[in-house]
Amino acid sequence: MKAAVLVFPGSNCDRDLATAIRDVSGQAPAMVWHGDSELPDGLDMIAVPGGFSYGDYLRCGAIAARSPIMRAVVEAAKRGTPVLGVCNGFQVLTESGLLPGALMRNAGLNFVCRDVALTVATGESLFTRGYEAGETITIPVAHHDGNYFADAETLDRIEGEGRVAFRYTGQVNGSARGIAGLLNERGNVLGMMPHPERRIETAHGGTDGRRLFEGLLAAVA
Amino acid sequence: MKLRIVVTLKPGVLDPQGKAIEHALGSLGFSGVGGVRSGKIFELDVADGTDDAAIDAMCRQLLANTVIENYRVERA
Repeated sequence: MKAAVLVFPGSNCDRDLATAIRDVSGQAPAMVWHGDSELPDGLDMIAVPGGFSYGDYLRCGAIAARSPIMRAVVEAAKRGTPVLGVCNGFQVLTESGLLPGALMRNAGLNFVCRDVALTVATGESLFTRGYEAGETITIPVAHHDGNYFADAETLDRIEGEGRVAFRYTGQVNGSARGIAGLLNERGNVLGMMPHPERRIETAHGGTDGRRLFEGLLAAVA
Repeated sequence: MKLRIVVTLKPGVLDPQGKAIEHALGSLGFSGVGGVRSGKIFELDVADGTDDAAIDAMCRQLLANTVIENYRVERA
């Protein structure tokens, strides 16, 4: 699997994502700097990592979403290249318009850093085909701004189209309808607040995150 | 030309920071504060003659996230 991981000033999960992709696919991804305006050719996936790009200035992910490389990512996503955004990466994807809605300050105002239980809402997508719909998995979160917001009409539409990938089983951050992970209309873009790259080997306390990368690898290989 | 851009959360969008500030005002003994909404102000120094469409584009493309925020432009 030929992958690229974006790197912004303030990204801090880029190497974790690269390790997860390399472990699962056997191929190290290209690390692509935010100031570049072109992606490597023939990518099977693009990963947008977690962290605090540009110090979360203005709004989380807002400045990163306007960086030169994101123009190339938006074009690639429109051509159908799979794009995975985790945590700050999810925020970047909403700010860039690839996913609807916005991620706001956690309802409890606290930074939440712990394992959370998620329900897999669809097993049909490129990213969730390694799971069964309805299954409960455990993946950690670490964020201050994961409170998903969209207007009721948008929420109804994305639920009706089966675009919710993961939901929190309990209260985590105030997210509308418990949304933890969301797909675009075409199903080739996934944004999620939990960190699958932090659950890829037993030493991490479980491997529920690994199956996301394995499923994607099987889909694109 | 000086501009002041005021960005506020849309009505109905939960503002946990505003809520926390409201509680803090109550803790300080100020009664009768029925609600607090937080926002942002940007002061821009732009070239004279910058047209309204360009200013509006700056707000829409970057300064405000129109999914959750409204903005208004004040000219100094």
